[in-house]
Amino acid sequence: MAPGSPPGLAIAAMKLNERSLAFYATCDAPVDNAGFLYKKGGRHAAYHRRWFVLRGNMLFYFEDAASREPVGVIILEGCTVELVEAAEEFAFAVRFVGTRARTYVLAAESQAAMEGWVKALSRASFDYLRLVVRELEQQLAAVRGAGGPALPLPLPQPQALPQSQPLSPTPALAPPLPHWPSALPPKENGCAVWSTEATLRPGSEPPPPPPRRRASAPHGPLDLAPFARLHECYGQEIRVLRGQWLSSRVQP
Amino acid sequence: MRYNEKELQALSRQPAEMAAELGMRGPKKGSVLKRRLVKLVVNFLFYFRTDEAEPVGALLLERCRVTREEPGTFSISFVEDPERKYHFECSSEEQCQEWMEALRWASYEFMRRSLIFYRNEIQKVTGKDPLEQFGISEEARFQLSGLQA
Repeated sequence: MAPGSPPGLAIAAMKLNERSLAFYATCDAPVDNAGFLYKKGGRHAAYHRRWFVLRGNMLFYFEDAASREPVGVIILEGCTVELVEAAEEFAFAVRFVGTRARTYVLAAESQAAMEGWVKALSRASFDYLRLVVRELEQQLAAVRGAGGPALPLPLPQPQALPQSQPLSPTPALAPPLPHWPSALPPKENGCAVWSTEATLRPGSEPPPPPPRRRASAPHGPLDLAPFARLHECYGQEIRVLRGQWLSSRVQP
Repeated sequence: MRYNEKELQALSRQPAEMAAELGMRGPKKGSVLKRRLVKLVVNFLFYFRTDEAEPVGALLLERCRVTREEPGTFSISFVEDPERKYHFECSSEEQCQEWMEALRWASYEFMRRSLIFYRNEIQKVTGKDPLEQFGISEEARFQLSGLQA
């Protein structure tokens, strides 16, 4: 806080490239979900009907579907999506962790819409997408490395995700997965080191191999959660949500 | 535009993909080069005064363009206004190279395209859709048509 400033006065608001953000909201990139939702203004406030557009890890909301600039945006990193008990039907919440963190209560206009939103929002984080991409990258390297008509290998965690059918390996293939070499120095924080050895066919246009990372120095602790555990955490979240949907569907 | 600033600040405290002290110059004409701690977390680039815990600002890295400028220097601009550039001065060519590579991967849209690519490639080799195991194979955002977008 600047010396001499009156008590309670916040430091200058963080700058954000809001103009670019607004452009991202209305550009022609794929929309991950869109529709009307009721948004609760505050703890004791009324609901306002807004047009919501989910794009990536950004949940934009507009006055209505024809508006050209969003009223606001909810950045969806580090949040959970839950069903809630509310006076409003088809309500759910986007909850952020931490003291004085905000919880956004939203309500859809139908059960199906609500389920669609909960599903989309719970998988909207960049972290989640990155996890999936890394997993696929690993799988691709594995099936190419194996050579010939290799069969897909099962996922590395001990418990299966919902919906995951164990892929039947051939008798010749013992399913231990290619595991991360244990000699890798733990220089990353929360991000597994990506293999830079992906063999790519000439002529195809793959994304470039991921960069080698440096340890980030002063900011942030080293989080050495192995990939499989992060994967399991997300799987668990999805399992819980599914359980809730299934049980809520049973009720008349 | 309203946004959840507190949560964005909390995000700036998360483990970073990359963090370093760089020289940074804003896009306004006559901007001065300042030392900033620059931190890449998911698709945001945060920048801090070197002795402060709260970020001065953040850049959302969607639809951005990373350009090599003078040796050891790169700039970030956005598709809708390519002349408005944020300049970053690195301490070496190697560092500059690393940052430019890292920033390429730091957008949701890039990740999405990578996912679609890998999914397609795996399907070509194995005949199976790898997204089925995640229960997300039907999601519109991961369809092949997304590549043409």
